[in-house]
Amino acid sequence: MKAGTNLEKVLESGMFAVTAEAGPPKGTSAAVMQRKGEALRHCCDAANVTDNQTAIVRMSSLAGCVLLKQQGVDPVMQIVCRDRNRIAIQSDVLGAIALGIGNILCLSGDHQKFGNHPTAKNVFDIDSIQLIQALKNMRDEKKFLCDEEVSGEVPMFIGAAANPYADPFEFRLTRLAKKVKAGADFIQTQAVYDIAKFAKWMKMVTDRGLDKETHILAGVIPIKSAGMARYMRDYVSGVSVPDEIVSRMEQAKETKEEGVRLAVEIIEQLKEIPGIHGVHIMAVGWEDIVPEIVEQAGLLPRPVL
Amino acid sequence: MKTITAQKPFEELSEALSGAERIYVVGCGTCATMLHTGGKSEVLDMKEKLEAAGKKVTGWMVIPTACDELSKDALGESIQEIEQADCILVMACAFGVQTVSLYSDKPVYPALNTLFVGKEETPGHFIEVCMQCGNCILARTAGICPLVRCAKSLLNGPCGGSVDGKCEVSPDIPCAWQIIYDRLAALGQLDKLEEIVPIRDWSTSREGGPRTIIISD
Ligand code: SF4
Ligand code: SF4
Repeated sequence: MKAGTNLEKVLESGMFAVTAEAGPPKGTSAAVMQRKGEALRHCCDAANVTDNQTAIVRMSSLAGCVLLKQQGVDPVMQIVCRDRNRIAIQSDVLGAIALGIGNILCLSGDHQKFGNHPTAKNVFDIDSIQLIQALKNMRDEKKFLCDEEVSGEVPMFIGAAANPYADPFEFRLTRLAKKVKAGADFIQTQAVYDIAKFAKWMKMVTDRGLDKETHILAGVIPIKSAGMARYMRDYVSGVSVPDEIVSRMEQAKETKEEGVRLAVEIIEQLKEIPGIHGVHIMAVGWEDIVPEIVEQAGLLPRPVL
Repeated sequence: MKTITAQKPFEELSEALSGAERIYVVGCGTCATMLHTGGKSEVLDMKEKLEAAGKKVTGWMVIPTACDELSKDALGESIQEIEQADCILVMACAFGVQTVSLYSDKPVYPALNTLFVGKEETPGHFIEVCMQCGNCILARTAGICPLVRCAKSLLNGPCGGSVDGKCEVSPDIPCAWQIIYDRLAALGQLDKLEEIVPIRDWSTSREGGPRTIIISD
């Protein structure tokens, strides 16, 4: 075991894992995180806390993780390279481990241009792949990036993201391989709607044997309304929502129920794709729906290990 | 290679010049002339605008290359008109502004924003190609600089926001890493992308204080 987190145990046991996402509030309320933790506790193995996602200032991921942990949820701390340099990141990692956070997900981070502080200066001292490598080095060699010794144990289960829908398509496999080589223990993908393209990517992944070296969790974003489907299709870069899904949502009478059905169908199909070790449900601002989706997908109860 | 400049909004200049009555204006005959930001006609326009705003322009000149040492002599030739002024407004890049301030004891104000060092891709279209980072990695990237051309200065790109050759930041910005990918593919060097590019030493680009170098013969 690298960190002995619940997520690591579930994945190592070979069971199909479920993770969810809990976005921190744009404010100071601990109760918001506690409520999300309450909603997610019994239906997922771990929950990601986003790090100022889409460059909008929110409660820090570290604080959100601590609040989730107090609710009995195994947190995944997301770290983006946009806002902090190598000094700040390594320092946060030490603090997170001291507070009992064992899963850390490394991301480049959305550009600040679309956030609520577009005139901010970005950092990008290191990129996401270099961050994975740095964390692995902290854990396995007990070394900071400068080569000095870290005192104490550095247990970490290291995650990374992958987007099979970005371009160039062939490079997406290379990029995953680089992340695995750098030390990614688990991967959470961008939301999957176009199953055929995802399956094609997974075929390349399994052909290269990468599913044996890391745990791949496929991303699922439940769609709440036709407007959301259109917005994701037209404006969210790196997400590919086929027109059929947009029209299905447009025609649905009960859009929320249709959204749940759609998410469940996607999960059912993902379960059949070789090499997939779990799903990562990102119900942004709609965390309450996750238990229902997980239940209908036949993934309850979650294992107690 | 040219220093790319843009004129500051006149309101910003008015604000900076609010305490000055008499102004001497300096333009530059090189980059700022080519960019139409500080050549003779822009200097004359500026003179008119300043006068319309109630200022007195004690004189003006367009130094052939404002960043050059010879600015010293050029300024010396107009010393009388400069002496009459409360300040000098320099319509040149920041190199020119700093050269003028080195050779004059008058307060010096920049009239332009210095944007980047770039090249002209097609007539009138300038693009930043290098930010002089002091640690060039073009050998890995098929001659395209990701530090300036990738919105996140990524070294192991393209990131997950690259779609249809465009950067996630805007459909008008080509993804630098897609360009690098295509060029490496054409060169038969895609294997270069398999390597993990290590963490950079940024100290060559932003250290403590200005970067300096001494060249001995
Ligand atoms: S890597 Fe550095 S020196 Fe080379 S082109 Fe880019 S900014 Fe310029
Ligand atoms: S889309 Fe391309 S240019 Fe834009 S940040 Fe990502 S890698 Fe860089």
